[in-house]
Amino acid sequence: MIDAIRLPWRETTIVGIAPVTRRVKSFRLAVAFDRPVVAGQHVDVRLTAPDGYQARRSYSIASAPSDDGTIELLVDGLPDGEVSGFFDGIAEVGDTLEVRGPIGGAFVWRPEDGGPLLLVGGGSGVVPLLAMLRHRAVAAPEVPALLLYSARAVDEVLAHAELVRRAETEAGFQLMLHLTGDGGRRIDAAVIATALKRLGGPRHTFICGANPFVTAASNLLVGAGLEPRTIRTERFGG
Amino acid sequence: MSTRGFTGRPPPEATRTRLPPGQTRTEDFPVLQIGPNPRIDLETWCFTLRAGSRPLKSWSWTAFERLPRTRWAGDIHCVTQWSKFDTRWEGVSVDDLLADAGVEAPTAYALAEGYDDYTTNVPFADLTGGRAMVATHYDGAPLSLDHGGPARLLVPHLYFWKSAKWLKGLRFTQKDEGGFWEMRGYHMYGDPWREQRFTGD
Repeated sequence: MIDAIRLPWRETTIVGIAPVTRRVKSFRLAVAFDRPVVAGQHVDVRLTAPDGYQARRSYSIASAPSDDGTIELLVDGLPDGEVSGFFDGIAEVGDTLEVRGPIGGAFVWRPEDGGPLLLVGGGSGVVPLLAMLRHRAVAAPEVPALLLYSARAVDEVLAHAELVRRAETEAGFQLMLHLTGDGGRRIDAAVIATALKRLGGPRHTFICGANPFVTAASNLLVGAGLEPRTIRTERFGG
Repeated sequence: MSTRGFTGRPPPEATRTRLPPGQTRTEDFPVLQIGPNPRIDLETWCFTLRAGSRPLKSWSWTAFERLPRTRWAGDIHCVTQWSKFDTRWEGVSVDDLLADAGVEAPTAYALAEGYDDYTTNVPFADLTGGRAMVATHYDGAPLSLDHGGPARLLVPHLYFWKSAKWLKGLRFTQKDEGGFWEMRGYHMYGDPWREQRFTGD
């Protein structure tokens, strides 16, 4: 749908910072968007140096759409990252920065879109999927959902305790966690077959991660018979 | 107003002057698309020019390969804020496609259509005069599936979402009809130098 209102840059304040893993921190930003956020969307963040130079990056929104006037971003503090380095080493509660959003109209899930919902995430690609799961839990708990989440090691799993708790307490949500480091297993045809058997045929599939991961996972899912147009992909990195 | 504690790492002046506003140079070639790679067989591949729903001319892969070749080298700019410098492409110019079909453009607007059902609109004037091609080669090699092979649209003076991957045809439309992203809030034209990312930019 064409949204005729322009998307302005807005000043936002960091209202909360919390560690998530060794490298990843959660940043809660107070921002009043003029349109509702949809789970799966991202924002662009803009930082300005004293000489006027600006750097921008895109970050998926991890929080469920809500009306509390905040969003949560999970930022991987790559030490040499121009913007992520700022988040990791400099940013404090009370700091202001600019954001533009919410952005994205394809990699999104609304409660009325229904399910079954298959979510496949690699590494920090789980972030927009987390927003969908969090939204599902409050807005459409009847929708069956399965998260297939591939991470290198258990201490790199984002929102690990939350995901385990959701899988234990939320009827209809299943978690399949795959650790790939140190002889671990990558997602292959057998894993995909298990996920599809446990969930049933998905109505919507969302895959997010680094490019090779997304290509491999989407090829496996098409190979398993899923209709390509029911699969949405989002990629980061080269 | 500046961001407390942020100094940034501005690129060299020579890079900055080549970057449209808000862009960052990348050495990679990121892959962006809405869904899985489609499966395309060169035996059945077909490229069709249409006026509305009416086919004007179709080419098989073999026929397409016999068309005159065009080369272009330069910078490309993605709406997701990366730019890649000095990319080298080869393919068939839209001018040569029209000449081979023996038709004049019947309308001023076109919709590029991909094998993945992706669409994007481009004014026809932006596709002719050597400004666009159906690219089949990147950096001297056949275009990979990840980057839209066997053939993608290349309209390098617009944001790269206009350069539809896995191209199966161009359709002339009576009016400027938005495609996949344009219907989801992206700009109808998409000039990186005017930073036309979203509707209203």
